[in-house]
Amino acid sequence: MQHKTGAGRVVVLGIESSCDETAAAVIAWDGTRAEVLGDVILSQTEAHAAFGGVVPEIAARAHVEALDQVVAAALRAADLPLSGCDAVAATAGPGLIGGVMAGLLTGKALAFGAERPFFPINHLEGHALSPLLDTEAGLDFPYLLLLASGGHCQILLVKGLGLYRRLGATIDDAAGEAFDKVAKVLELGFPGGPAVERLAANGDPDRFDLPKPLLNRPGLDFSFAGLKTAVLRAAQTGLDPQAKADLAAGFQAAIAAIFADRARKALQACAASFGATPRFVIAGGVAANLTIRSKLQAVCAAAGARFFAPPLRFCTDNAAMIALAGAMRFRAGIAPDEDAPARPRWPLDGASEAHQGEFTWGRKGAKA
Amino acid sequence: MLVGQDLSLLLPDSAATTALGGRLAPILRPKDVVFLSGELGAGKSTLARGLIEAWCGEADAPSPTYTLAQVYNGDRGLLWHGDLYRLRHADEFYELGLIEAAQEGALVLLEWAERAPPNVFPQPLRLRLDWSNSGDSRIARVERDAFWIDRLEHF
Repeated sequence: MQHKTGAGRVVVLGIESSCDETAAAVIAWDGTRAEVLGDVILSQTEAHAAFGGVVPEIAARAHVEALDQVVAAALRAADLPLSGCDAVAATAGPGLIGGVMAGLLTGKALAFGAERPFFPINHLEGHALSPLLDTEAGLDFPYLLLLASGGHCQILLVKGLGLYRRLGATIDDAAGEAFDKVAKVLELGFPGGPAVERLAANGDPDRFDLPKPLLNRPGLDFSFAGLKTAVLRAAQTGLDPQAKADLAAGFQAAIAAIFADRARKALQACAASFGATPRFVIAGGVAANLTIRSKLQAVCAAAGARFFAPPLRFCTDNAAMIALAGAMRFRAGIAPDEDAPARPRWPLDGASEAHQGEFTWGRKGAKA
Repeated sequence: MLVGQDLSLLLPDSAATTALGGRLAPILRPKDVVFLSGELGAGKSTLARGLIEAWCGEADAPSPTYTLAQVYNGDRGLLWHGDLYRLRHADEFYELGLIEAAQEGALVLLEWAERAPPNVFPQPLRLRLDWSNSGDSRIARVERDAFWIDRLEHF
């Protein structure tokens, strides 16, 4: 298939369905600026206080039923027909196989029908590049990215397109997952993050002596299971409202301290990658927590680093970041791949190369 | 050893929980299903991590709560690590593909298995983790039904 080359300004349709969200977006990318033309997220995660967790409309069927409408809505918002897009991108993993398949096959079918190149995208690459959607912030490569959400907790050095070094990741629970589970045992309802933060505002963070796993160990990995368990154990003793607030505050402070420690070490470890001004980005739902944010801000100020916290709509699960990753790959001349399989497990830096340095993947093919 | 009499093991710390997972791996085979139950923080994922590492050498096994299922590939075949914590309706269980995975030869490890519809797997190994009365230790209870008793003999 002969495609337009990815030069100049490219318009890309992106599709995301690897977890709870069914999302589609249309973005334009000229090599330096991203413009979100249409961005639609059908959240499957409506609040269900009784359950204390997200509602998993996990069904591939639910994604399939929603995808057509979500794609149509994104194109409508962009005021473009499908033929107005230069390429199509969709998440090919990691994630739940049914959901990934639904979005991937939809993306491939749309690309095939419209005779456009198709780019399979690693969901984590989408997150790694997502801060660049916030064009006004003036962020550029390289930057450190702390991705902290319900499903992920990792710290990456993003040096450029396809150049990601995972400096550390959680060895057990994700940070957002710990927030949700703590909220559940404190009977705070869902979503857990904001509920814990509200309660913590009136609490004394020093009342409970909570563990900060891995805090004084070398390396940049995270661990939250021990902290979560300590909070659960304390909660089981039957707490009055003030004690609950103190426990929430202690938990939040522990997470903030762990993040601050990792941020500090990451900035030190990557000093050589940066010029005068290192850049540090917090992304993912946990970035909404103001205590965590201000703690990281202070770490960055002390290290002379610029701190970025992109709008949550860009850095929680969305399709604009998938479209951006597709657009950047297209413009960089990376070959499209209409045959890419769904990959439930797909580490960003490649399993074998993990922890060995940056890893470039994708086939650097001739320009299409 | 009697059928129906549970095997009870005291696990003093999380290392012991991980080790128990490792000890289970040799008695398990493709198409087996292991039900892990117990409260939040009881050590289900810790035990699963030990089992996954022993089954396929993968030391990096993140919590499957949000992804609902993680798949690992080892010399002895696939291992599916599922987590039903987020399931709202038992019906949603069928969407995860765990039944097909077991039928096709994977070892299936399932947390919050009590949220699955009844009798979806014929002969699961049922393992429950609970806090003991003292400190951080846990108690693991393994059901020794007629199907599993031989394989658990030297356990």
